[in-house]
Amino acid sequence: MLRALELRKDFGGLAVLQPTSVDFRPGEVHALMGENGAGKSTLMKVLAGLYRPDGGHVEWRGRHADFASPHDALVAGIAMIHQELMPIPDLTVAENITLGCEPCSSLGRIDRAAQLSQAQALLGELESDIDPARLMRTLTVAQTQVVEIAKALGRNADVILMDEPTAALSDQEVAALFRAIARLKARGVAIVYTTHKMDEVFRLADRISVLRDGSLVGTASASEMNPAKLITMMVGRELADIFPVRQPPTDEVLLEVSDLTREPAYRDVSLQIRRGEVVALAGLMGAGRTEVVSAIYGLQPASSGQISFNGRTLSILSPQDALAAGIGMVTEDRKGLGLIPALGVGQNITLTALRDLSSGPLLNHRAEAAAVNSRMTEFAVKASSRAQPIAQLSGGNQQKALLARCLLGNPDLIILDEPTRGIDIGAKAEIYALIQKLARAGKGILLVSSELPEVLSLAHRIVVLRRGSVSATLDATSTDQETLLRHAMPL
Amino acid sequence: MLTLDRNLLHRFGLLLVILIVGLALSVSTDAFLSVANLTNVARQVSINGILAVGVTFVLLTAGVDLSLGSVVALSGVACATFAHPGEHTVFVPIAVGLLTGAACGLLNGVLVTRGGVAPFIVTLGMMTIARGLALIFSGGRPVADMSNEMTALAGDIWGIPIPVLCFAGVAIAAWFFLQNFRLGRHIYAVGGNENAARAAGVPVERVKLFAYGLCGLLTGLAGVVLAARITTGQPNAGQAYELDAIAAVVIGGTSLAGGVGTITGTLLGVLLIGVINNGLDLMGVSSYYQAVIKGVIIVGAVWLDRRQARS
Repeated sequence: MLRALELRKDFGGLAVLQPTSVDFRPGEVHALMGENGAGKSTLMKVLAGLYRPDGGHVEWRGRHADFASPHDALVAGIAMIHQELMPIPDLTVAENITLGCEPCSSLGRIDRAAQLSQAQALLGELESDIDPARLMRTLTVAQTQVVEIAKALGRNADVILMDEPTAALSDQEVAALFRAIARLKARGVAIVYTTHKMDEVFRLADRISVLRDGSLVGTASASEMNPAKLITMMVGRELADIFPVRQPPTDEVLLEVSDLTREPAYRDVSLQIRRGEVVALAGLMGAGRTEVVSAIYGLQPASSGQISFNGRTLSILSPQDALAAGIGMVTEDRKGLGLIPALGVGQNITLTALRDLSSGPLLNHRAEAAAVNSRMTEFAVKASSRAQPIAQLSGGNQQKALLARCLLGNPDLIILDEPTRGIDIGAKAEIYALIQKLARAGKGILLVSSELPEVLSLAHRIVVLRRGSVSATLDATSTDQETLLRHAMPL
Repeated sequence: MLTLDRNLLHRFGLLLVILIVGLALSVSTDAFLSVANLTNVARQVSINGILAVGVTFVLLTAGVDLSLGSVVALSGVACATFAHPGEHTVFVPIAVGLLTGAACGLLNGVLVTRGGVAPFIVTLGMMTIARGLALIFSGGRPVADMSNEMTALAGDIWGIPIPVLCFAGVAIAAWFFLQNFRLGRHIYAVGGNENAARAAGVPVERVKLFAYGLCGLLTGLAGVVLAARITTGQPNAGQAYELDAIAAVVIGGTSLAGGVGTITGTLLGVLLIGVINNGLDLMGVSSYYQAVIKGVIIVGAVWLDRRQARS
């Protein structure tokens, strides 16, 4: 039905997609797998009319198709759910879902009632109870993702491209999405799906295409594949145990947080991190994890409670205060709070540590270039040059650049909020190794992650949050997923 | 490399347009290509140039300053009030003019950063406030009787008009600042993504305050230069100057959304507007038509640029 023929795409002289041919069939879930920067998102965006190909073309229902814009593709019957969420925050959920195809009276007046009921029906399809009259900005990341999915479903498309639709979803929401996908399949809709979660691929996909470094490694039916084979194809090498060995922490207390409170997000949160220790903050979506670490980093200070660091009581009212004390953070919200899109990769990396790369108020360009070059090599950031705008890099390379930014200032405590979200296995393994290396060097690490294996295998101790309160502090080496979940679930 | 290439292309494209317009004018009029006329063009663009450099800083932070024209008038009146012969040395009126502009800019900056009011509204308010103050302080009449030392500021040194030297000095200093100062980098970061800049430890409020303050200071300078040129402090001077300045900056490739732009671009934008103004004058086009043509060129230039950026 939909076919990519020798599609090619370059960015700034770097070929991100080598000539690639894949075909997609009605009633089939076709998974695109590959590491970050392998070209999955690029391929999808060309199919959805967001990028123009630099070579080859798209064939749609047997005819040469040249989509000049996402609108053209949408009219033809191709919808896309983007990895980067694009809500319009000040419109309601219903207005976002029906955006561009609002139900209208003959005079062009929007039929509010029909709009609400359409949105309600689509959300019902995803078994979600989000009120369609709510403002988009009041939603959590997970709820926003659900709305974006509902929006794509509402287009009655024949092909739906899903770029990591489950990155922010809870298990329940994922299950509901899968049931919706099954119904779409039965209606003959073709689904193109990318994800970094292995289990999803084998639960969902009929066929799997693997991309590596912008080239197609191969396409096979899912029944002929197994996880080990798939990973080998993706990485191009056998991957050893991706979790490195933990070293015991020191006894020296680095961070002591007591009774941190900001109603209604969290209350009386106390935790302790020693030098050389990795502490994970676990909990369900909306349990207050991001809010707590945001308070420690000064992004949104707590209303009461105490933070002492290196034995001194600190008043952290802004990230500047935190950085000055030696606390660094890599945020969960890469696009909103991380990247300066128009600046080069290099300028993004040095932003926090510019003072160390200056003489007085003047930048030391030579020192800056040297620092950037060594970091880009060390963190294996793939870019055509250090001046390439960071917006053009893949998600994994952006994340590595932001990690490099955080570590360039040499902080004692590093807060990592979902550091591996939407990142491929190879980059994940690199980040895991980095975390243990930092711990061995005597740093303290505060890790927020929704992936339980990650929490259990990386951390020394796990602080579990439930609805904004600490429900348990567990020793990671002697606990398991069930115990962790029992403490995380609301009673 | 990509941004560099595109900037280069952008600058060459703009430079090419200026050369083509210049060439056309050299052929079609006798007067254009003469030292006297080109010096005149340089003199005419210098005030808009100083304003454009100042407002580039504000636009880079994703802000805007609509009060330029009124603050030019207020600074000019303030300067002229202290410039009567035999009262003060020439440095006093200059300092008063500069400080008046800087004070207005800083007030804009404080209201934007501390007050959280949108830059458009704050500077729209300042636009009428500064105009009103200029009329109040001058009693609605031009402040005349200016010392010779003061009017000499509109004269020449080594055959080059002092306003042109001021513009050149300001442009070079601003270019050097944005390239080489940490604060310059911070301005780009704040305009590119304010929240991310704050999370990376950039003192966002201070950076914005600086941008508005500097823009105000340069507006004060433009006011002093204008007062010297017209030998009075005119409370009605500078009407709509902000529009020419912002147009020049945008033609020069600076994004109104912030975070993207260069001083060289601004310089070329100022030159293009100046050459076109001069050419239309020389060809004897009526000022009514001039306004229409200028508007078309501003929109056209930016449209071409965005089209090029997309492809």
